[in-house]
Amino acid sequence: MKELKISVKNLYLKYGEKTALDDISMDITSKQVTAFIGPSGCGKSTFLRVLNRMNDLIDNCSITGEVLIDGIDIYDKNLDVVNLRKRIGMVFQKSNLFPKTIFENIVFGPRLNGVNDKNTLNEIVEKTCRQAAIWDEVKDRLNEPALSLSGGQQQRLCIARALAVEPDILLMDEPASALDPISTAKIEELIHELKKNYTIVIVTHNMQQAARVSDYTAFFYMGKLIEIDKTTRIFTKPSVKQTEDYITGRFG
Amino acid sequence: MTENILPRHQFEVSPENSHYSKKIVRSARIKETLIKSYFAAAGTAALIFIILIFIFLFKEGINAFNNIGLSDFIYGTRTMEDGTVKTVYEWYPTSENARYSLLPLLLGTLLTAIPATLISTVLGVAAGIYLSEIAHPKAKEFLKPVLELFAAIPTVVLGFIMLVIGATFFQDLLHPANRLNAFVASVGLTLVIIPVIASLTEDALRSIPMDLRNAAYGLGATKWQTISKVILPAAFSGVSASIILGFGRAIGETMIVLMASGNAANFTMEIFRSARTMTATIAAEMGEVSQGSDHYYALFFIGVVLFVITFFLNLIAEMIISKMRKKNTF
Amino acid sequence: MELGKKHKDINGFIFINLVRLMFAFLVGLLLLIIGIIAVNGYPVMSLDFLISSPANNMTEGGIGPAIFGTIAVTFFMVLLAVPLGVSAAIFLSEYAKESIYTKIIRTSINNLAGVPSIVFGLFGLGFFVLFIGKNLDEVLQTGLLFGQPALLWAAATLAVLVLPIVIVSTLEALNSVPKSHRDAAIGLGATKWQTIRDIVFPQAKPGILTGTILAISRGVGETAPILFLGCAFFLPNLPVADLCIGDYCIPMINPTEQFMYLAYHIFILSTQSANPTKTLPLQYGSTLVLILLTILLNITAIIFRYRFRKALGRN
Repeated sequence: MKELKISVKNLYLKYGEKTALDDISMDITSKQVTAFIGPSGCGKSTFLRVLNRMNDLIDNCSITGEVLIDGIDIYDKNLDVVNLRKRIGMVFQKSNLFPKTIFENIVFGPRLNGVNDKNTLNEIVEKTCRQAAIWDEVKDRLNEPALSLSGGQQQRLCIARALAVEPDILLMDEPASALDPISTAKIEELIHELKKNYTIVIVTHNMQQAARVSDYTAFFYMGKLIEIDKTTRIFTKPSVKQTEDYITGRFG
Repeated sequence: MTENILPRHQFEVSPENSHYSKKIVRSARIKETLIKSYFAAAGTAALIFIILIFIFLFKEGINAFNNIGLSDFIYGTRTMEDGTVKTVYEWYPTSENARYSLLPLLLGTLLTAIPATLISTVLGVAAGIYLSEIAHPKAKEFLKPVLELFAAIPTVVLGFIMLVIGATFFQDLLHPANRLNAFVASVGLTLVIIPVIASLTEDALRSIPMDLRNAAYGLGATKWQTISKVILPAAFSGVSASIILGFGRAIGETMIVLMASGNAANFTMEIFRSARTMTATIAAEMGEVSQGSDHYYALFFIGVVLFVITFFLNLIAEMIISKMRKKNTF
Repeated sequence: MELGKKHKDINGFIFINLVRLMFAFLVGLLLLIIGIIAVNGYPVMSLDFLISSPANNMTEGGIGPAIFGTIAVTFFMVLLAVPLGVSAAIFLSEYAKESIYTKIIRTSINNLAGVPSIVFGLFGLGFFVLFIGKNLDEVLQTGLLFGQPALLWAAATLAVLVLPIVIVSTLEALNSVPKSHRDAAIGLGATKWQTIRDIVFPQAKPGILTGTILAISRGVGETAPILFLGCAFFLPNLPVADLCIGDYCIPMINPTEQFMYLAYHIFILSTQSANPTKTLPLQYGSTLVLILLTILLNITAIIFRYRFRKALGRN
C-alpha cells in the first residue's frame, strides 16, 4: 500500500518581486522515487530546495503555502530547521566533498549529532558505504583525501555522506549530470536499491533517466507544476499537451 | 487538477512519531544569535575606527581655535627691526610671537607630492602596461611579486637611502641650493607611489574584456595600437583612480619627507630648496610640544587637514573604481 | 597590405621597448637599493650585532633591544589585529547580506588603508593614550601607568593600521571557499556557525596566515605612527618585568613600558645621533636587518599565497 510522505499545497516562492514557483501542489509517496523534469530554469531545483528549506539561506526569498512532511508543517516558525536538514539527505549536482579524508567526510553529519565514539563511527561508515555501493572501493583507503576519488566515486560518497545522518528522505539535484554513462548507471542502480528504505526525490534534465529510475514524474514549466503522475503514464499518455510536447522533444 | 490524479493516502508516519517534529531549542537559537551578534559587532571595526580617528583628531584639533584664529592659519604678522609690522606666511610656533600659517607646509607638501606623482605616473603606468599587456605570462608570474617587494620596503629605509645616497647623487648632478630639498624628497616618494600606481593600473587593464583586444587585433591593429588606442582609453578611469590614490599616498607619507626634504618651512616654489610638509611637521614637533599648548593643538589641526584631504582623495578613487567595476561586469 | 609581410610599426616598436626599459629600470633600482644596503651593511653583521645593546653613546654596539622591541610590539599587534580582522571578514563574507550598510563598511576598510600613517600616530596618542589609558588609570587607580605612551598603545595603534590588510586577505580566502561546500554542510544539518567553524574556516586558514604575515611585515616597517607612542632613542633595560605568582617569577614583556624599535632606530641613528658619519656602518647594518626581515616575510607570504591559489585551482 502506497502511503504519503510529503504533501505540498499552494506553494509560492518569490525572489524579491519575481515569482519563481507559482502555486505548486503535489503529494510525494513514501518509499518511491519521484522525478522532477522540465527545461532549465523551470523551477524544479528551486522546488527541491523548498523541501529541506535550503532557500532560507538566500536573500530576499519569500515563501508562502504549506509543506507537510509526515503531516508536520516544516515552515512552522518554531520548527528546528537544522534538525529538519539533518533528517533529509541531500545530494547535489556536482560532488561537493570536503577537502578532508573519506572517513571524515562521512562522519561529518554524525559528529554534528554528537556521535564521537570511534566504534560507532566505524559502523556508520561501513553501513553507509555499503548502502551507497562504494564500500569495496574505499574500505582500504578511508584515511585518504576524499578528493582523490574519481568523479563517480565522489558522487556515491556524497550519497553515503547524506545517508550517514539517517534520513528517510533523500533529495537529489541532478546527481548524475556531471558523470560518464557507466558512473551514471551505477548511481541509477543505487537509487533502485535505496528506494526500499528511502523516499527519493530526484531532479533530472535527462528524461530517459527519469523514465528509468522513477515511479512518479512531475513536469515543471516556467515555475508551474504542469502535471504529476505515474511515470509510465507520463511517458505514454500524458494528460496535458505541454507535457507531451516536452517529452517528445518538441521544445525544451 | 493535477493533485487529483494521484490518489490521496494517509501519511505513512503520524506527526507524533515523526522525527521532523522537533521544535527548535531556545538555547540553540540564542547561541546562534549571540555568535552572529559577535561577528556583526566585529564587522563594524573598520567603520568604527574611521569614525574614532575623525572624532579624536577633531576633538583635539578644534582646541587650536581657542587661541588661534582661522586667519592665523593662513597668515601672521611680524614686527620688523625698524618697527614696521609685516604680513608673513610663516610656520613658527615656538617663537614668542608664534606664527601658525599652514601655507608653507601646504606648499611643501604639494612641492614634494606633485612632482612625485608626475614621475610615478609615467613609470607606474608603464610598469602596469608592461605587466598586463607586454610581459610573457611566465615572466609576469615572477615579476609581479617583485613589484610587491618594492612596495614592501619600509619607508624609513627609502628615506635613509635618499638621505645618504640620493641626496649626494643629486647634489653632485644638479648642485641644488640645499643638499636636502623638495626634489630629493619627491624622488624618494616615487619609490613608494610607483608600486601603488603600477599594481592598480595592472588591475584596471586586466579587467578590460579580452573581446576588446581581439576586436582590435581582428581589425589589423598592432600590439601598440591596441594598447594605446583601445585598452588605455577603456581603462582610463581605473588608471586615473590609481593616480589619485598615488597622490594621496604622496601627501600622507611621512618618513621619506622627514628625512630627505631638509625640513625648513620655506614659503617657496623652488623645488631645489629645503621644504617642510604637513606630515613631517607633525612627526618632528609632536614629540617636543607640551600637551595642551596651542602648538600641540595646532599639530592636531594639521592632522585633521591631512585626514580630510586623504579621505576625500580615497573616496573619489574608490567611487571611480566601483563605477568601473559595474561597467565592466556587463 | 600584402599578406605574410610583417607589418612595420615603428612607433609601436619604440614605445613597447620604452615600456620594457622603464620596467627594467624599476627592477634595477630595486636591486640597486638592496645591493647598496647589503654591501654596506654586511661588514657589521654578526651575531653580536644582532643581540647586543648600543654602546658608547650609540656609536658602537648592536641592535638587540631594538629587535626585541620590534618583536614585542608586533606580537601584541598580531594578538589584537588578527582576531578582530578575521571576525570582521567572517561577518562580511558569511553573515552580512549585501546592502548599503556593507558597502559603507567596505568603503571604510579601503579608507582606513589610506589614512596617512602619521595620522594613526596622532590617533593613537589621542585615543589610546589620552582617552583609554587615562581613563583606565582613573578606574583602576593605577596612578600613571596606562595613561602614557607605551608598548601596548604602539601595538594597538599598529593593529588598527594593519586591520585592513588582515580583513582583505581573510575576505579573499573566505571567498575562495566554494559555495557548494557550505551547501553540503548546511544540507547535512550543520548550523551556520558549525559550517563556518568546521568547513569554511579550516579551508581559509592558509589565506589568513598570508594576511597575518603581510600585516607583520607592514607593522615591522612602520615608523611614523609610533614616533610619539613610547618609542625610545635608547633604553638601558628591555621592557621586561617579572610576573610573579607566589614565589614563581617569570620574565614577561611589560606592555606598559617604553621600547626601542628597529625602524625608529634607523631613523634616529641617521638623523639625530651625535655623529651620523661615524655611525654610518651601524645605520647600514640596521637597515640591512630590517629590509631582510620584510623581504623574507613578504616572500614567505607570496609563496604561501601562490601555493594556496594553486591548491584551490586544482579542486
